[in-house]
Amino acid sequence: MVVRRRPSRSHRFAESPVLQLALQGWRSRTVGLLLMAAFLLLVGRGFYLQVINNDFLQEKGDSRYLRDIEISASRGKVIDRHGDMLAVSTPMRSVWAIPADARAMSGEQKKLLADLVALKLRELDGKLASEKGFVFIKRQVPPQVADQVSQLKLPGIHQEREYRRFYPAGEMTAHLVGFTGVDDKGLEGVELAFQHALLGRAGARTVIRDRRGNIVEDVGATRPPQDGKDITLAIDSKVQYLAYSQLKAAVSEHKAKAGGVVVIDTRTGEILALANLPTYNPNNRDSLTGAQLRNRAVTDTFEPGSTLKPFTIALALDKGKVRYDSIVDCAPGRLSIGRATVSDAHPHGKLTVAQVIQKSSNVGSSKLALSMPPREMWEMFDGIGFGQVPQLGFPGEVSGRLRPWKNWKPIEQATMSYGHGISVSLVQLARAYSVFARDGDLVPLSLLKAEAPLLRGAPVFSPQTAREVRAMLEMVVSKEGTAPKAAVLGYRVGGKTGTAHKLEAGAYANKYVSSFVGIGPISEPRLVVAVMIDEPGSGRYYGGDIAAPVFAQVMGGALRTLGVLPDAPMVTADAGRRPGVM
Amino acid sequence: MFRLNIALLLVVVSCALAVVTSQHRGRKLFQALEGEQERARQLEVEFGQLQIEMSTWATHPRIEKVARERLQMVMPSNAARPPLPAGVR
Repeated sequence: MVVRRRPSRSHRFAESPVLQLALQGWRSRTVGLLLMAAFLLLVGRGFYLQVINNDFLQEKGDSRYLRDIEISASRGKVIDRHGDMLAVSTPMRSVWAIPADARAMSGEQKKLLADLVALKLRELDGKLASEKGFVFIKRQVPPQVADQVSQLKLPGIHQEREYRRFYPAGEMTAHLVGFTGVDDKGLEGVELAFQHALLGRAGARTVIRDRRGNIVEDVGATRPPQDGKDITLAIDSKVQYLAYSQLKAAVSEHKAKAGGVVVIDTRTGEILALANLPTYNPNNRDSLTGAQLRNRAVTDTFEPGSTLKPFTIALALDKGKVRYDSIVDCAPGRLSIGRATVSDAHPHGKLTVAQVIQKSSNVGSSKLALSMPPREMWEMFDGIGFGQVPQLGFPGEVSGRLRPWKNWKPIEQATMSYGHGISVSLVQLARAYSVFARDGDLVPLSLLKAEAPLLRGAPVFSPQTAREVRAMLEMVVSKEGTAPKAAVLGYRVGGKTGTAHKLEAGAYANKYVSSFVGIGPISEPRLVVAVMIDEPGSGRYYGGDIAAPVFAQVMGGALRTLGVLPDAPMVTADAGRRPGVM
Repeated sequence: MFRLNIALLLVVVSCALAVVTSQHRGRKLFQALEGEQERARQLEVEFGQLQIEMSTWATHPRIEKVARERLQMVMPSNAARPPLPAGVR
């Protein structure tokens, strides 16, 4: 119908008088231009949105459903050579608030929150009164408690994941392992030295979340988190406990100011134990003082006293100046060098070289020292690592003091032979003794577990000299020596006592450092144990009385723990029969 | 021609439905995987906490205390340590 009508209508329309009027040309052009302009505007806007502003808009769109999620990585563990934990991280939460939002909490809610995070209501109100946009309510909240907090659905209260470091061995290994700050940053000890390796690197992934917040899809590549590497120390926690507990007993018995023990495996150069007193609990560091923090065995030097005598004598033997049975005249127990006098605690007469060590004669070692040129002595001290940083990788290692030989006066050379006028750290001293335990060569020490025994270090003495000195050191532990208390049942051990006056403000004070450094077992040396007790205050101060018993306990216990075969006859009820061990 | 079109239309519709279903199932599975991974993480955390607990119980001072006080253990005396028979190493 419509179709049929149209021709007539269009006919009529075509004949309409309005159309007969001549239109002005500019009107149609204007409309055309306006339409064109509007169209161009649209194209321009489209271009602007699609091309120029694309990234921004794409991002806005993505942000409606895409989420970047951080995948947290944990800090590496510190473990001992058998895998016992020394430091380990566990996740905790921190509870934080936007104070302006959190003030909307009702009094009851506030009380619930304060109870959960163990804060007083007043403290909580104090934190919420802050004008800042962000306050921590409580850090290091255990996950279970944090879950209870989040179930309360409090306004303005949020949570963040963080880690807490635990030190199961506590004060026993505090100096060695060190500790971290709240943000997983190593502040002391191994935690600081190996910060780079221990630190984990967080990963990230991009995901699509649905309306309910569930993750529905991974978008693009995920960056996997890299957990920090575990650090395996050379420490044997049993030996460490032994060293620490014996040191602690001795320090409290003798009312000493401080003390240190170092145990070294001479085959590998590994440090099996390193204990210091005073110490601290790394899990609770509220009342920490600088004295507690110091890793004395590594960062403090002291004048070692007579423990240096074996080195002087080894040098004399090595250079062929004397034999182990050569006679040194130590009468009358005094020796004048220039204006100064060197004297013995107990005067001795004629001693063999071996007896100079056994009886610890200052006069004897001075005489031997003066028979050698200063340069050779300096080279020997340098060769055993004195005056050099031991390169353990520990923060705050010191080199000790070894003055250049050109300035040595004869009296200084003499006193150095018995350990005065020279200073070393306990670690350096223990390392130096490993030269006698090995075949006269010096090996580097290792804080980390070593893979294989070290074959040969830098030679200092001949193997023959090392053997002879070992035999002399064993005599020290006999009844005629200065340290019968250092004897260990079942093992042949040897060592040297040291009793040094402390230097205070440039003068020797009536305070002492008692030390004992020894080797065991003598037949096939395995361990060096160095003990240092600072300022024993109970009246006695000889190294043979104070430090030697600690040595005996630690050495005996450590050798048994490591399963080293006894090399000495056991004194038993059946004394006639000798055991068949070598 | 018309029949073919109808047939193709049916194929397209069924394909579309299949895509939707598999997408849905994929997401379901993904969520399950997420859940399991979350559980694995939680177990790992628990493992760490248990390790800490274990090493706290097994500290050497505590072992020594228990050995000495509760189990009444002592170091053997010299007489109680028989020498090894000859030839044994």
